[in-house]
Amino acid sequence: MRFQLSEDQRAVQAGMRGLLARRFGAEALRAAVESPGLDRALWRELGESGFFALRLPEVDGGAGVGLPETVLAFEEAGRALLPGPLVATHLAAGRVPGAAEGETVVTAVDGGLVEWLAEADVVDTAHGDAGDASGAVPLRSVDPLTPLHRVVGVRTAADPVAVLLTAAEQLGTASRVCELAVQHARTRQQFGRPIGAFQAVAHLCAQLLVRAETARVAVYAAAVTADPADIAAARLLADEAAVRGARDCLQVHGGMGFTWESEVHLHMKRAWVRTRRAGECTESEELLAADLLSGVD
Amino acid sequence: MDLSCTPEEEEFRARLREWLGKVLPALPPKPSPDDWPARRAYDLGWQRMLYDAGYADVHWGESPSVRLIFLEETEKAGAPYVGANFVGLLHAGPTIAAEGNPGQRARWLAPILRGEEVWCQGFSEPEAGSDLAALRTRAWRDGDHYVVSGAKIWTSHAEVADWCELLVRTDPEAPKHRGITWLAMPMHTPGVTVRPLRTLAGSAEFAEVFLDEVRVPVANRVGEENDGWRVTMVTLSFERGTAFVGEVVACRRVLGELAREARRNGRWDDPALRRRLGRLNAEFRALWRLTQWNVSEAEASGGVPGAGGSVFKLRYSHARQDLYDTAAAVLGDAALDLDRPWVLDRLSSLSYTIAAGTSQIQHNIVAERVLGLPKGR
Repeated sequence: MRFQLSEDQRAVQAGMRGLLARRFGAEALRAAVESPGLDRALWRELGESGFFALRLPEVDGGAGVGLPETVLAFEEAGRALLPGPLVATHLAAGRVPGAAEGETVVTAVDGGLVEWLAEADVVDTAHGDAGDASGAVPLRSVDPLTPLHRVVGVRTAADPVAVLLTAAEQLGTASRVCELAVQHARTRQQFGRPIGAFQAVAHLCAQLLVRAETARVAVYAAAVTADPADIAAARLLADEAAVRGARDCLQVHGGMGFTWESEVHLHMKRAWVRTRRAGECTESEELLAADLLSGVD
Repeated sequence: MDLSCTPEEEEFRARLREWLGKVLPALPPKPSPDDWPARRAYDLGWQRMLYDAGYADVHWGESPSVRLIFLEETEKAGAPYVGANFVGLLHAGPTIAAEGNPGQRARWLAPILRGEEVWCQGFSEPEAGSDLAALRTRAWRDGDHYVVSGAKIWTSHAEVADWCELLVRTDPEAPKHRGITWLAMPMHTPGVTVRPLRTLAGSAEFAEVFLDEVRVPVANRVGEENDGWRVTMVTLSFERGTAFVGEVVACRRVLGELAREARRNGRWDDPALRRRLGRLNAEFRALWRLTQWNVSEAEASGGVPGAGGSVFKLRYSHARQDLYDTAAAVLGDAALDLDRPWVLDRLSSLSYTIAAGTSQIQHNIVAERVLGLPKGR
């Protein structure tokens, strides 16, 4: 048993982090918030990097890697708050022309919502019987970087891979908000010392780490086993780590955390959006409850 | 990321399973929790069986992965717990192995492995709990002996122990971490008085140990005089490695039993309770993965458990309490009946956020040593 990142997996992680630092760093994020819209050049660059085609066989122009590597790449996307229908386009790669290459932006109806409908080229209807986006009505999205339309949708059993990749994005947020909180707690001075020297603040930071690291092993293990119960567990823990983590990070930042200028609210809002993807969390809870009676491990 | 075992590890697992299947049905019945001499005999007898079968030193000699398999399989098979052998196998033994001289290793290690001697731990004091380094039990040199006076507390198995790994203050003038010495004290020395303490669960699981001018040979000192704090830290980091593996396996079994009980008594129809059980399933799956992650990390770093231990302990101790609170929700009125399963376990679980470093101290450790936040007060 070697439940740690392999050299190749570290390379995937570093490659994606490097690409996003170059192409979607703090300034690009701020610019995107002020003038929302999908950066097609960046989308094509993601396609060229192989992000959408990670799991396609090499003969079909993909990287031919497994879920663990894909999860690491999506974790990085979550960390960087990379906008766009990443999961839907990734799932469409190999089926919808241009999706793998980043030429085509693919979205999908997910329950009663569609992300990035106006910018998408294709609405993928292959998964479940979610249907198309006819009659979709825009709503004023809480997340400035995720435009949303409301549709009369039916929640169907979510694709487990969509659940897992969303959990991976949540994990990225959970890690990032922990780092942001710790950075602030180390540098912000009050009463003549860094606020991180106060246990009330330090313990909030410790909790951020505990939740993020628990979610991390759940997400990584689910990527290895692809077991539905492991994926459901990963989803619950990653949602918790991202949503509560962003909230605690905001608290550590004090008044600055409540401002538009801060990065923290963007993580919180995106985490909220992701909790509405790929089925309800109660479905994951019910799946895990039923699993207890199944008699198997 | 690889969750599969090597062929050698699978072979170890298969051999162990086969052996457990053979010996467990022939074990004598478990003694009553109040019968200390019988408990001692039972626990030592189990350790002797492990020794004869070649499993005695699995905690010391084997890789963390093999240790994980051993703890997983023995728990799944319902084998006896480490019990009275705990301090010998998991605290004092590893300390002596790492820091003792050849004579000390020869004298003390073999009887631990063979299931012949029981050790207890004399670390905490009435005035030194979380702040262990503030301990006051004094030791003076008198020729080739130390003379020790003071009081220790929370000492498990003190009633039946042969030896006590004891921390004493040998230099009261030095900074508090630098005046401490580690001694192996024979429990049957004049001046040692054991007074059992009753826990809130009603049982006498630990004791106070009073020391009144107890003479301990200088030859029983492990490490240098006043270097006992460093010697002790070797032990404590060992404890946070695989200490809870069996318990996580046990918690997952309890969770399945809770679900079946809820279905039997009709509470399964309550969606809030069902989902709470589902969340606990997620929680304990993750804790098992965290164990595997930490073990893999320890293996990669040459056996030293990393900071993951504190992360694990924080999450686990709260999850365990949540598990038994949920058991109470499954039981309903029966949660007030001490004769029902899980009711005593619920009471015992209250110690988990306190023992072996309170959750508050664990938060401090994570904040300071993992996150690098400034030391606070």
